[in-house]
Amino acid sequence: MNQVSSNNSKKLKPGQIQGDTGLWEMVIGLEIHAQISSKSKLFSGASATFGAGANTNVSLVDAAMPGMLPVINQYCVEQAVKTGLALNAQINNYSVFDRKNYFYADLPQGYQISQFTKPIVGEGEIIIDLDEGKQTTIGIERLHLEQDAGKSLHDQHPTKTYIDLNRTGVALMEIVSKPDIRSPQEAGLFVKKIRSILRYVGSCDGNMEEGSLRADCNVSVRRAGEEFGTRCEIKNLNSIRFINQAIQSEAERQVEILESGGSINQETRLFDTSTGETRSMRSKEDAHDYRYFPDPDLLPLEFEDSWVKGLKESLPELPDTLRERLVLDYGITPYDAAVLVEEKDYVKFYEKAALGRDGKLTANWMISELFGALKKENLSLLNSPVSPESLGELITLITDGVISGKIAKDIFAEMMISKKKPIEIVKDKGLEQVSDDNEILKLIESVIADNQDKVKQYLSGKDKLFGFFVGQVMKVSQGKANPGIVNKLLKENLK
Amino acid sequence: MSDLLKFNLLQAEKAIKNKEFTSVELTNAYIKAIDDTYSLGAYLETVKEKSLDMALKSDKNIADGVARPLEGLPIGVKDMFCTKGIKTTASSKILDNFYPTYESTVTQKLWDDGAVMLGKLSCDEFAMGSSNETAAKGNVKNPWLLDKQVSPGGSSGGSASAVASRSALAATGTDTGGSIRQPAAFCGITGLKPTYGRCSRWGIVAFSSSLDQAGPLTRTVGDSALMLNSMAGYDKKDSTSADLKMPDLIDCLDKGVKGKKIGIPKEYTQDGISNDIIKFFETSINWLKDAGAEIVPVSLPHTKYALPVYYIIAPAEASSNLARYDGVRFGVRKEGQSLDEMYELTRGNGFGEEVKRRIMIGTYVLSSGYYDAYYLKAQKVRRLIKQDFDNVFEKVDFLLTPSTPTTAFSLGEKQDPLTMYLNDIFTVPASLAGLPGISLPVGLDKSGLPIGMQLIARAFDEPGLISTAQVIENYAEFNFIADGAAK
Amino acid sequence: MSNKKSIVDIQTVNKIARLARLNIPENDKDNLIIDLNNILEFVAQLEEVETSNIEPLASVTGHKLPLRIDEVTDGNIEDLVLQNAPEKSSGFFVVPKVIE
Ligand SMILES: [Mg+2]
Ligand SMILES: [Zn+2]
Repeated sequence: MNQVSSNNSKKLKPGQIQGDTGLWEMVIGLEIHAQISSKSKLFSGASATFGAGANTNVSLVDAAMPGMLPVINQYCVEQAVKTGLALNAQINNYSVFDRKNYFYADLPQGYQISQFTKPIVGEGEIIIDLDEGKQTTIGIERLHLEQDAGKSLHDQHPTKTYIDLNRTGVALMEIVSKPDIRSPQEAGLFVKKIRSILRYVGSCDGNMEEGSLRADCNVSVRRAGEEFGTRCEIKNLNSIRFINQAIQSEAERQVEILESGGSINQETRLFDTSTGETRSMRSKEDAHDYRYFPDPDLLPLEFEDSWVKGLKESLPELPDTLRERLVLDYGITPYDAAVLVEEKDYVKFYEKAALGRDGKLTANWMISELFGALKKENLSLLNSPVSPESLGELITLITDGVISGKIAKDIFAEMMISKKKPIEIVKDKGLEQVSDDNEILKLIESVIADNQDKVKQYLSGKDKLFGFFVGQVMKVSQGKANPGIVNKLLKENLK
Repeated sequence: MSDLLKFNLLQAEKAIKNKEFTSVELTNAYIKAIDDTYSLGAYLETVKEKSLDMALKSDKNIADGVARPLEGLPIGVKDMFCTKGIKTTASSKILDNFYPTYESTVTQKLWDDGAVMLGKLSCDEFAMGSSNETAAKGNVKNPWLLDKQVSPGGSSGGSASAVASRSALAATGTDTGGSIRQPAAFCGITGLKPTYGRCSRWGIVAFSSSLDQAGPLTRTVGDSALMLNSMAGYDKKDSTSADLKMPDLIDCLDKGVKGKKIGIPKEYTQDGISNDIIKFFETSINWLKDAGAEIVPVSLPHTKYALPVYYIIAPAEASSNLARYDGVRFGVRKEGQSLDEMYELTRGNGFGEEVKRRIMIGTYVLSSGYYDAYYLKAQKVRRLIKQDFDNVFEKVDFLLTPSTPTTAFSLGEKQDPLTMYLNDIFTVPASLAGLPGISLPVGLDKSGLPIGMQLIARAFDEPGLISTAQVIENYAEFNFIADGAAK
Repeated sequence: MSNKKSIVDIQTVNKIARLARLNIPENDKDNLIIDLNNILEFVAQLEEVETSNIEPLASVTGHKLPLRIDEVTDGNIEDLVLQNAPEKSSGFFVVPKVIE
């Protein structure tokens, strides 16, 4: 892979690849499979829970016993429509379930019930935030409902594969983007944005480790401005890091082939996490004729506009509108707002902490101090030792001048450990800020007395030394002196 | 002959409740009849102990005064219905070791209403056939003209043969393109295919999901009314099942046909239809006229396209429905080195010729490049066929047609699949439109084989179908008994 | 649906048999080709029907798709699920090794 490099030229933007014969760019489309957060499966009453014993969450319908028939789960239909609304997409009041026919050991029916020509949700779009406050719009091609397959375990036996049907028939939403994505970074941001929207809507928990959210990446390369090239589909990527790596290495592989005069074979590929490269998927080689046709066991799915309207009204505030509101209501920067709306829980925490307080200061504290500390402790916000109420009280202590910003950091560190309220810590340790003129004056006099030579230099014109005196006063006060008053009194006394 | 075998279902129902005989006596008579007619090959599996247990329970219910509608009446079940703990093969080698852990909705309803289970009846493999010759365990014989070895028809050939030979008081069948009506016609009994959606398909081995429908095969129209009363009903486990209450069909007996309009489709008297059948068709028209019905000539112009449509749609659905027979979760597996080899050997070995042929056709017409030309085209013409019926049912209440173009043919006579397919030419159109149809015997042809007439009604007009069929039944006075019937 | 398209040859039979995972003995293929061609020729008469403004009919039922409440009403029957399995081990179905 030596003739292709993504980082040997400073001018390269993300998604660009410098080949020997010229510059290439990536064209990426994603298919995201999001498991619907339902109790039971899409077409059967078996539990959709993750992690049960082999073949326990399986009904006779899921095992495709002779004569078994599918009956659709209303909740799953509602979640698909709600998600479609949150993706600003067309809701189709008439959609059809099709059978996608292929043989595989973990596909008991011999077909997957999916939606092909008439999906429940049509075109939409979402906005993703790039660096430096830039945004871009990524088109949504469609969202459809389909069944998940079971699980094949290849490592239990030297010559056998073991089959667990627990996941078989679990409800998935497949969200297909338009080929509007141009770099691995954008692909990652797209997935993050979709995940955030799903969590707001509540239709999917977005848990990539457990497989509730997986992405297939369609990758092709082209010379700038040219037609789309032949694409390859990389299956089932379950982390944003893998999505990044897989797209990058797949695009580089394609450039290498094209530059050496070869052509790309449209195929399904697997990402090997150990090598960081993609490879052809043997089992899918000849499975490309899926013989889709409407499932005769099901009728078309139809619903009224009024039902959709009701679902729309039940939607929570979504990240984009929420972000605008935070900027407006709390006066914070769009960047801070974007960080806060990433997760529903962040906003909830923030709004509790910032209520009636300095919004900007609260956002700063939450994003840099709290998030930093949690990350260091490997904790999520839900398990934060510092409650939103405590953080709010700390902000109040600062803005009321009870403590200085510096002392606040010490108190915060204590709060992370002891879970005590900030006011208790301040009282216990006597950390209240000293704002009494006389008390501060005493400190100033002692500093002046101890540093007569510096005073002379200062008075002879070395203005810069003023900071030194401030520092000394703060030091002898153990940080408790009110810096404003120190400043004022120093100026009056250094004459 | 045991006198008990003379009672038809309605008569036996009354006699048992009047304590003229017990269910155990009746059931024993049928168990003996099964043995006596063993050579017909109608039964794949009998369950004598279970039959007698059920009969005993029925007798107790009758003694306790809590008799259910079908209390103590012994019936047979087509092997397409999954029966809990009782081998269910769909007459296929691939299911030769399959013991369902569940009971089909329709058979459960029959047992809940007190019927006694005699056993499982042979059929064409996966219900694909019109002669019962595709059954893995060999063809079933028609009890009529036993020494001539004629076909009982198919696919519910075992059910028809059992009822005609009096080795079952009644039987269940399934009809996809004529699989109840054609064998009923061949065996001189009554077969009713209800409206699509009337009976639940849950637990019935699927052949073609948009067409399959369960129904009864019985000796008389009244018997089919009694059976269908129990078999029909909404089932929330079947999304295509209709949430409609069916009136009590027994109340529809003896209602006559005065003032009703009977349509006679001109397309159903084509070349190749036997003269005897034409003769009885005309006679049946006259009977209805005589009973006060108005006869209206009608046209269903797309009739000739029904078979081509059927032989695209049914195989297409079947190719997908039969994908689950892969040797992984149930059924007979043939080992292979790889998963794909295992699939190919299991399916290649487990399915018979006709089933493989239909899977091939179905796979072909759905495959990329051919879908529009075949499958989609067939669905469009299916709409035209349904519209033909919608149009004539604005003018008439029922349609009368022969059930089959010929009477039962000899076993082994029709080697070529296409010639076999033509047998369903009169039954397939109503199947494609989802309409209820009944075939009942009206007489014998010159050689002594039964002739069946078919009545077709509007969707969900099984009550009207029963009333009208009974009028023909009363005129026909078909009291012949097959020479191969239990003695 | 011209006659050209309906011509099934040995390659087509092999391709379709592979898609349908059907092992067909070599000796049976000649007859199968004849049968399939006859059937396809027979169904090709649909070509003469004018259908340009006709919507395909997938289902004859008059009702809408019924929806079920999201409740766990099934499962935890692994014994029944596995009862008819040709090969099973510690709660799993077992098949020949699959190479992805
Ligand atoms: Mg995909
Ligand atoms: Zn998918």
